[in-house]
Amino acid sequence: MKMARLNVNPTRMEMSRLKKRLQTARRGHKLLKDKQDELMKRFIDLVKKNNELRKKVEEQLTESLKDFMMAKAVMSTQMFEEALIMPAEKILLDVSRRNVMSVNVPVMKFERKGGEGASIYPYGFAQTSGELDAAIKKLYDILPNLLSLAEIEKSCQLMADEIEKTRRRVNALEYVMIPQLEETIKYITMKLDENERGNLVRLMKVKTMINQ
Amino acid sequence: MIHMYKIGVVGERDAVLAFLALGMTVKSVESPEEAIRAVDSMAREGYGLIFLTETMAKDMEETLNRYKNQMLPAVILIPGSRGSLGIGLAKIRENVEKAVGVDILSEK
Repeated sequence: MKMARLNVNPTRMEMSRLKKRLQTARRGHKLLKDKQDELMKRFIDLVKKNNELRKKVEEQLTESLKDFMMAKAVMSTQMFEEALIMPAEKILLDVSRRNVMSVNVPVMKFERKGGEGASIYPYGFAQTSGELDAAIKKLYDILPNLLSLAEIEKSCQLMADEIEKTRRRVNALEYVMIPQLEETIKYITMKLDENERGNLVRLMKVKTMINQ
Repeated sequence: MIHMYKIGVVGERDAVLAFLALGMTVKSVESPEEAIRAVDSMAREGYGLIFLTETMAKDMEETLNRYKNQMLPAVILIPGSRGSLGIGLAKIRENVEKAVGVDILSEK
């Protein structure tokens, strides 16, 4: 494989400039590599949690959905929808950011807005079934899990993306930039040495010519 | 900065109606095209979190990818009326493979 060498003049000045750049590149490479390792560690921890939680939440949601179907079955459709259409409270999300190794991940907190001490059931009890009450109660209990799943899953997505980007940068430094700089520095050193030798030979020749 | 975001739910009627009771904004849709429009308009309106049923999500890859690398809104898949299709779990795998290079979750 022919290593690409930078197109520069073989001078001492250029060489010391390149050496400085090489130093920076090596330092950057080390820092990025550290960042990647740490990110990876956290990502693996988090994604395992993500996986577990998703399985659990999916199971719970499916079950809750079934309950709702049952509740719907014993009521008229119109009644069922009327019962749900005016929720007793509103749910809002408070999102702040947390910085994990330079990745901004969301921290979600939900807040319920509604009548103080109001019941979670948005309807009177007269026309609705007990099944519906139970189904809603169950869904409420899933809510915290559901939201923490959202937070963790989003964080995982963002972290995976950042890890990929960092890896690309690390590779670019490791396999392109640093070898290129090294190669060029070597080239300049050789070129300079050659000039030096040429000079020496010339001097010696002149000296013998004078001595004759 | 305190800003409160709304939570949206998009999916087929049977699966999402229940979320009305929780005080989320529910948009019932019948086709993936409708779902794409619903998700996009919620994103524009500044929703922080959008739950989307897998039934719809399986045909809206492009839209999902668009929101994937943004912090908000978080589009999170939930099982549809016919139960989990495993898309959400597959997406986690995808993430792992993207970051780690190999699938470390399925070893068990």
